[in-house]
Amino acid sequence: MNASDQKRLLREMIFYRRFEERSFEAYMERKIGGFLHLYSGQEAVATGVLEVARCGHDYVITGYRDHVHAIKAGAPAREVMAELYGKETGSSRGRGGSMHIFDPTVNFMGGYALVGQPFPLAAGLALACKHKGTDQIAICFLGDGANNQGTFHETLNMAALWKLPVLFVCENNLYAIGTRIERSSAVTDQYKRVCAYNIPSSQHDGQDIDVVMAAAGDAIAHVRAGRGPYFIEFMTYRQRGHSMSDSNAYRSKDEERQWLERDPLKIYAERLKKAKVVTDKDIAAMEKSVLNEIENDIVRFAEESPEPRVEDLNKYCLDDQPDPRWIGPLAQGEQHG
Amino acid sequence: MAEIAYWEAIRRAHDEELAHDRMVIAMGEDIGVAGGTYKATSGLYQKYGAERIIDTPISENSYTGIGIGASMAGMRPIIEIMSINFALLALDTLINAAAKIRYMSGGRVSCPIVMRTPGGTAHQLAAQHSARLARMFMSTPGLRVVTPRGPLDAYGMLKSAVRCNDPVIIIEHESMYNMRGEVPDTETFRPLEGAEIVRVGTDVTLIGYNYSVHLCLAAAAKLAAMGISAEVLDLRALRPIDRDTIRRSVEKTHKAVIAEEDEATVGVGSEIISVIMEECFFALDAQPVRVHAADVPVPYNHELEKAAIPNADDVLAAALKVLGRV
Repeated sequence: MNASDQKRLLREMIFYRRFEERSFEAYMERKIGGFLHLYSGQEAVATGVLEVARCGHDYVITGYRDHVHAIKAGAPAREVMAELYGKETGSSRGRGGSMHIFDPTVNFMGGYALVGQPFPLAAGLALACKHKGTDQIAICFLGDGANNQGTFHETLNMAALWKLPVLFVCENNLYAIGTRIERSSAVTDQYKRVCAYNIPSSQHDGQDIDVVMAAAGDAIAHVRAGRGPYFIEFMTYRQRGHSMSDSNAYRSKDEERQWLERDPLKIYAERLKKAKVVTDKDIAAMEKSVLNEIENDIVRFAEESPEPRVEDLNKYCLDDQPDPRWIGPLAQGEQHG
Repeated sequence: MAEIAYWEAIRRAHDEELAHDRMVIAMGEDIGVAGGTYKATSGLYQKYGAERIIDTPISENSYTGIGIGASMAGMRPIIEIMSINFALLALDTLINAAAKIRYMSGGRVSCPIVMRTPGGTAHQLAAQHSARLARMFMSTPGLRVVTPRGPLDAYGMLKSAVRCNDPVIIIEHESMYNMRGEVPDTETFRPLEGAEIVRVGTDVTLIGYNYSVHLCLAAAAKLAAMGISAEVLDLRALRPIDRDTIRRSVEKTHKAVIAEEDEATVGVGSEIISVIMEECFFALDAQPVRVHAADVPVPYNHELEKAAIPNADDVLAAALKVLGRV
């Protein structure tokens, strides 16, 4: 990877961190409601995997911690922030919120709140790719907690059986909401659980974006070559609680401190500095431009955007312009037995 | 115009839609090599191949979810669930995903799936194969729910459901698959909305859906022999409900009986009575009566099962009650 791409990636990761922090502030100001799940600490996973995928071409789907996945997949950050604000200009027109970002124009097929639900949806997207004969793949990002749902086992079985072009990315951040992995998974190495379905799998450091890109590149090549699904596990850590209402009482300060030392932004910045790709001054300039972009473009857009109209409450429930040939009305008098 | 069986009507709709659009696929347990539990997909595996007539493992929630995911990327899956009881396992993907994705994406992603399933009692299949559950789907915004009572609707509504951009639940019935009826030889679509007046009458409106329409028709014949003119209304669609046709019929007859094979609580009959109250309360001459199943899991024993499920005589008795003849 050349220096300018490396710089771009570092800036992207800084951007994602600041985007999440800024949404936290807006949440505290009650401009964002509902649940808010932040991605801080896990940036190298989504950024690295999607850097080596073909965004806009491949399908991407995930759980409720979805802001960064959506933006990296190609959804405009302005629209993602506007969605958190519940505005009409949001990715989901203010109907979905933080947990349900959608942007089908870049094949980002949504964030879902039901843990494990995206497994079959991803396999279905992959089934469509295979049926159409394109070289698209589906990429499903989920946490380790999702692997204890039935959909994990059911979907892995069918994905392997039908050789579907789907990459399962397990972001193992060690906690299923507030329950540590040893207390919720009989086998803690998630990649080992997949061997029952004859799906190749591997486990990697999720804090080092170079490791992520290399491992994901191999996995994506496997899937895109038509060799069936692949399951890739990245060890990572969320720096904040599960959501805003989380006191983090279930993990030790010591553990948090250890993982903060392995902050993905820090690891990458140090490496680029050592390689003389960036200087401290460059990073400071990046921080400044990121904050400026977030404040003066993204947050401003969200704040100035209109709310959805209450008159449109029932819009989008069903097809708003259905074809009368399929829907009706029914001509009376066509009696039959 | 040929007379064909209900299962043949479903099979023909599959065949025509599979031929019309390569994005149409069918998926479900035993639908391919085995030809389908009720023969509704027989012969299609041989004609369209394993890639389009997909035999699934017994994993209702996830194979339904796979169909939903495929529909989000432009496919038109017809998903068969062998019994509506098993559809309970797929409620997460049907209700939390298919019914909500369009709305929560602000109309940007739709899920044009069809889920077909038989929902009714047959003969001594006992509690875990005899649920009806139409009421659960009809209460879910974001779905369309239809209940074809005969071969023409079974054929024409499935075709419309495949073309429609919304998720459509089609509730069939184990006891209707061999029922015969006329279906035009030319391609025909039947609308997914609109109740149908199946028998015109003036004295009482008998309202049914799915199999219970046949109970209403049998009761209407008996009433006719007694000099009473019953109108029979087939709801056809449980979501959305055709309020206008119900209102017009009740305004004419001033009396209503609602027949459902399901239990009464928070059911189809409760909903229809609410519609009548809201639309035409002052047109009523008597309080509406519900005919429904006993409030128990369906028993295995033949006599107990018969006692638990309504029949035509129960509809007749209810009609006589609203008419003040008992």
